Amino acid sequence: MKLDPRQYDEMVSRASPPSPVVRDCAWAFLVGGAICTLGEALRQFFLIWYDKTLAGTLTSIALIFLSAIFTLPGWYQKLAAKAGAGTLVPITGFANSVVSPAIEFKAEGWVTGVGARIFGIAGPVIAFGTLASFVWGVLYWLLGKVG
Amino acid sequence: MTRRGDTLLFDAPPTVAAWAAAGGKKESEGPLASAFDFVTQDAAFGEQGCENWEQAESLLQRKAVELCLRKADIPRSKVDIAFAGDLQAQCTASNYTMRELGIPFAGIYGACSTMAETLGLAAVFAAGGMAERVLALTSSHFCAAERQFRTPLEYGAKRTPTAQWTATAAGACLVRAHGSAGVPVLSVTFGRVQDFAVHDINNMGAAMMPAAASTLLRYFSATGTSPQDFDAIFTGDLGEVGTALLHEQMAKEGLPLDNHKDCGCLLYDTNSQNVQAGGSGAGCSAAVLCGKILPMLAAGQLRRVLFLATGALMSQTTFLQGESIPGIAHCVELGGAV
Amino acid sequence: MSYVWAFVVGGAICVVGQLFIDYTKLSPARILTGYVVAGVILSAVGLYKPLADFAGAGASVPLLGFGHLLAQGVQNAVDECGLPGAFTGGLTAASGGIAASLIFGVLAALVGKSKDQN
Repeated sequence: MKLDPRQYDEMVSRASPPSPVVRDCAWAFLVGGAICTLGEALRQFFLIWYDKTLAGTLTSIALIFLSAIFTLPGWYQKLAAKAGAGTLVPITGFANSVVSPAIEFKAEGWVTGVGARIFGIAGPVIAFGTLASFVWGVLYWLLGKVG
Repeated sequence: MTRRGDTLLFDAPPTVAAWAAAGGKKESEGPLASAFDFVTQDAAFGEQGCENWEQAESLLQRKAVELCLRKADIPRSKVDIAFAGDLQAQCTASNYTMRELGIPFAGIYGACSTMAETLGLAAVFAAGGMAERVLALTSSHFCAAERQFRTPLEYGAKRTPTAQWTATAAGACLVRAHGSAGVPVLSVTFGRVQDFAVHDINNMGAAMMPAAASTLLRYFSATGTSPQDFDAIFTGDLGEVGTALLHEQMAKEGLPLDNHKDCGCLLYDTNSQNVQAGGSGAGCSAAVLCGKILPMLAAGQLRRVLFLATGALMSQTTFLQGESIPGIAHCVELGGAV
Repeated sequence: MSYVWAFVVGGAICVVGQLFIDYTKLSPARILTGYVVAGVILSAVGLYKPLADFAGAGASVPLLGFGHLLAQGVQNAVDECGLPGAFTGGLTAASGGIAASLIFGVLAALVGKSKDQN
């Protein structure tokens, strides 16, 4: 066969259609922007009664609740198939990554299915986020000692 | 039986005596909707008592087998051996189907090449006098595959344009020894694994194309034939990207394919059905074989075709470990009905 | 005006994520992880707080804001109790979001069922 792997790599890139970047980005901008605007409305609402920190936490919790509601009938998945990063990057995407395996792996049991798989996608986010914050905490402490 | 190169030619060809295709909702909305012997709008089979996607895939297989044996008008106790496989880990869809059927069973794993692999083995068994009636069976289920290989079904993600859609479909063929009415299996060529260092799990067509080209070239050189000798050449699940690559490669080899169709592009309408580069999964080429190719051969609309199913032989583990994706393609030559 | 900036900044952060999806082979899980770690770093060097003050939910709702929350939490805890705060601060600040996801996740599993995508 007249083919070698290096040459094939080029052939594959030429034959593979590129993602429609402009359309993808427009969707991501509009849907992501809309979710953040909803978040801002919720935040302003909670700010009526609570301080900034608590209002921020409540905003996250409310968005996560809404994400779970939209994930249940499969609407979040349908929206994400178009919105891409617009639904992935907001905290609602994080919530979807927790709720969806919980629903999916119920068939394998509450502990070994739901409980074990619930962190399948979100686990790395929490693990590396926590590690990064720990590193920053130690640095910040050292900076305080020096300064 | 004679062997030329990697190709096994049958002097007294066994025949595919009966076949059946079963599919899900998306398949029932595609161009081959009327080709299916059975379609369901609820691929979960909730009303039939299935509790999960794995059971649902088994039931879909069973529907295909039942319809196939009904068409052949033989009870399952008369089947000498079944070759079956699927995409689930340890091929469980087939294992649980066979638990219900009680037919002597050899489990096969060939990823999306399974239909050609099982049909080829069935033909060899029948031609060699090892069995009188042999069942070749495979399936795939979008939901069972998605939850095992990708992400939960409710997880929101965008598919890349080169990705392919796992078909919810099953196909069953009953092969009988020479002398029965049906579509003759003229030759079988088992493929060799080809790996051209494709790592992109969302571009399976590209990963499998070299295997398809390699098996085709081996077949043509062993038999002294060329693409024009066939009414049609069907590949399984290369999708649009793999198809374009195969045409480019075969033209380079001096054997341009102008009578080629890919099952992944036949099962769905790639423009309107949101399947990206086309269909895939073991059930895709199985359904096209049983729903379109065999009926056309039986009706005399086709007289000689190659059915070449391709499979990607990586696993979730080897993919995460950074291995490239090896491909394989098995070729079955089918003739006009006798 | 706060709504406009929330929309524009939040949307822009998502567009950056989309460019990663379209132009690289990074999987969604890797992009999410990268966003949180990047949020911690941006917050540590002092760039994220001004953005959060300016864009409100536009900066706090994307996962970069989750990283910012972790970094801020760790900083406050170290201010309060020294080095042990490096362990407790991050997750304490992020606990509301993580707990809510887990609780609603398990509740969703209680009432929900896996569905076909067609």
